[in-house]
Amino acid sequence: MAGTGRPRFRSRKLTDKAAGAVFRASSLLSAVVLLGILLFLLLYGVRTFREVPILRFLFGTVWNPDAYGEPAYGLIPLVLGSLLSTAIALIIAVPLGIASAILISERLKGWVRVATKTLVELFAGFPSVVLGFFGLVVLAPFIAHTFHVPSGLNLLNAGVLLGFMSLPTIISVSDDALRVVPHSYREAAYALGATPWTTAFRIVLPAARSGILAAVMLGFGRAVGETMAVMMVAGNAAIIPHSLFDPIRTITSTIAIELGESAFGSAHYYSLFALGCVLFIIALGTNLVAESLIKREKRSFTL
Amino acid sequence: MKKLLTTIAVLAALVATGAAREVMVKGSDTMLNLVQNLAEAFSSTNPDVTVSVTGGGSGVGISAVVNKQTDIGDASRAIASKEISGARANGVNPVEYAIAIDGVCIIVNASNTVEKLTIEQLGQIYQGKIANWNSVGGPNKKVSLYGRQPSSGTFVYVRDEAVKAEYAASMRQMNGNAQIVEGVRADEGAIGYVGVGYAREAGIKVLDLSKDGTKFYSPLDKEAVDSGKYPLARPLFQYTNGKAKGDARTFIEFELGPDGQKIVSDQGFYPLTQGYQDRNNANLH
Amino acid sequence: MTGHEPAQGRRLRRTRFASNYGFWALGIPLAAFLVFIVYMFAYLLRNGLGVISWRFLTQPPLNGMTEGGIWPCIVGTVLVTFVSLVFSVPIGVFSAIYLSEYAPANFATRGIRSSIRSLAGIPSIVYGLFGVALFVSAMKLGLSILSSGLTLGLMNLPWIIATAEEAISAIPGSFREGALALGTTKWEAIRHNVLPYAFPGILTGILLAVARTMGETAPILFTGVTYYTRQLPNSLSSKFMALPYHLFALATQHDQMMKVRPIAFGTAIVLLAFVLLFDVVAFVFRLRTASANKWQV
Repeated sequence: MAGTGRPRFRSRKLTDKAAGAVFRASSLLSAVVLLGILLFLLLYGVRTFREVPILRFLFGTVWNPDAYGEPAYGLIPLVLGSLLSTAIALIIAVPLGIASAILISERLKGWVRVATKTLVELFAGFPSVVLGFFGLVVLAPFIAHTFHVPSGLNLLNAGVLLGFMSLPTIISVSDDALRVVPHSYREAAYALGATPWTTAFRIVLPAARSGILAAVMLGFGRAVGETMAVMMVAGNAAIIPHSLFDPIRTITSTIAIELGESAFGSAHYYSLFALGCVLFIIALGTNLVAESLIKREKRSFTL
Repeated sequence: MKKLLTTIAVLAALVATGAAREVMVKGSDTMLNLVQNLAEAFSSTNPDVTVSVTGGGSGVGISAVVNKQTDIGDASRAIASKEISGARANGVNPVEYAIAIDGVCIIVNASNTVEKLTIEQLGQIYQGKIANWNSVGGPNKKVSLYGRQPSSGTFVYVRDEAVKAEYAASMRQMNGNAQIVEGVRADEGAIGYVGVGYAREAGIKVLDLSKDGTKFYSPLDKEAVDSGKYPLARPLFQYTNGKAKGDARTFIEFELGPDGQKIVSDQGFYPLTQGYQDRNNANLH
Repeated sequence: MTGHEPAQGRRLRRTRFASNYGFWALGIPLAAFLVFIVYMFAYLLRNGLGVISWRFLTQPPLNGMTEGGIWPCIVGTVLVTFVSLVFSVPIGVFSAIYLSEYAPANFATRGIRSSIRSLAGIPSIVYGLFGVALFVSAMKLGLSILSSGLTLGLMNLPWIIATAEEAISAIPGSFREGALALGTTKWEAIRHNVLPYAFPGILTGILLAVARTMGETAPILFTGVTYYTRQLPNSLSSKFMALPYHLFALATQHDQMMKVRPIAFGTAIVLLAFVLLFDVVAFVFRLRTASANKWQV
């Protein structure tokens, strides 16, 4: 038999060890990247506070780094912009999303289910610039016309677009959450004479509530992190809005708008990293909570 | 596996064909289309040099020069002293060239009956202190403010020359001149500011301005802009690190030459007066 | 039956009614959503299809971008996506192999898995911020297709790892055990008895990642994309044009905004076409290989 001598085996062993090392290094790299991003953001972000008092950053109500007078680095208008537009998005997307998920998971079967899920997932992959473009050329004039306001570039427009963008996430994750509920739950309900409607709303949905909550959190994360679509339709004024039709500025679009013009090493430059930190923490937080909620749901079904 | 290796080899070959002669121009959105047209024309007579043009705002352009990220930085405002010291700290010596003259136009919706404003009224409007058009002789409509973002040279220029204070917080910060035009065209109470190359559009009206309320001038009047009688006349600048050399210099010379200046006129801006040409020549040689 | 119904009978009738028709009422929002998607498609097609032609796809922009085509944008998008994959596919697949084949079930592994999942949820602008700080400034790669490619690579790394790990874990253990029983090393078992069968799943993941990467604008915004450049990128340090940024610029920054509006629509359609192409190919691929996987009982 050829190839069974000791040198051949040694080289095979070497290759095996090398391969293992490469794989381990690669996966460590992935973990390092996450830490690296956080560290970079923190390192650069805290340099802001050499010039800007941290309390004024966190609680200031004016964001105006290029002011005529004193520059102001207050987070509040930006955080409000992000949170309010996301809130509107969730108001639209959560009821729609959960309702659709119930339909898809409890009622639709076979190819209809697959086709619907595929369509929803396809929409999830839409580039955000295209949606922003649509919001700019269709939704903005529509809003201006229907509500008799001067401009359709405002909080409402941003909220509606974000709602559409987070809808597929909410539908997908809710559908997963509902499917994880064991069939025995439904069968028990049917055995007692419940109708599918009752079963779905009173048995399955409450059983899946952790997973559904996770879906909402992931939808929230998606909406908060969106940049391009919001930049094109929100009006971009860093104010505290008083109505749905006021322009707003989110944390994400502030970074995108101001990163290019800030000189390296200026307080303005570092403040954008501080904003990035805030965003990172929000995104990380919602993701971790969502993950633990999904785990909790799965655990609750294993006795 | 083989396919992967061959595609990597192709990409490596791409790298090997090496860097072309490239001139990077970055900055002002007001100047973006002008410079893009200039770049296109330049490329047809100088095919081995590629001129890359991108926007972002005058702040971005000057910042890129300071950070040594671009060959030429476009700016529709002059470099600030803070930026000059930042540049020097980074080992950069900014040299200024004017490539065109602009008259910043104040535009309102075509249905607005107002025809002219003084600089002071303009400032009050943009500070938010004049909130209704009827205070300046217009219809009874709330004023809707449109402007640019802080990275824009036009934003800074209008603020420093006319508003002389902070803009009202409710001013919508649009992503570019064209978006301001669109916004003003759609909104009956709107007011906005754009470069003169953007103002000849249907649906909007350009206002005449006056420094003191006696004589009013239009930015569409070349003589008023050239002579400085129009209050918001300004040169459009390009900055380089040190005197322009090599391909960047050839491009600037093209822009300042007769072909370049004709494109400036075609784009709706004003060609340079002799005074600016002389200053440019001093900086070129 | 006439006269009074007992209370339970009324309630039962209500729930039956709700059950039969209520469910389909749930379909109304879903149907409205699907109708909206179709409407958006139709609107884009109606306004942009007229611009699309072979010349549009293969010519550079001319005459101040008011004429000509979007060829450099297509090339730029394809190239920068390719650069990102050169980085993320090897590292991603290797990480996935480690996680499914080698990793012990301990705290460190859970930490790595958790951080990969978290990376997937980070907003794209944060990647852009990181890319500027690391690649453009600190590593002095400048504004280039390399910087943008690396930034995009970081962004799609978690997606590749997730789908690759799923594909590899789906291969039953018996495949590995059979090879090991014959005396192969661990790596040889993976290479010959696992990867070839996981390859379709991994490829599906890559195709989906390509689709999403092509549409991203925020990571390339400050790392290398440009409004106009006459030459196609011919080295890793070139600037480049890209479809999503082109759409954004035409929609908000061009001076003859209305004149170039049809070109903007055309760009949107081409971008969508590319994204959908990869999504659909991935989907079809997944269907075909799922039916061929006879080991999935």
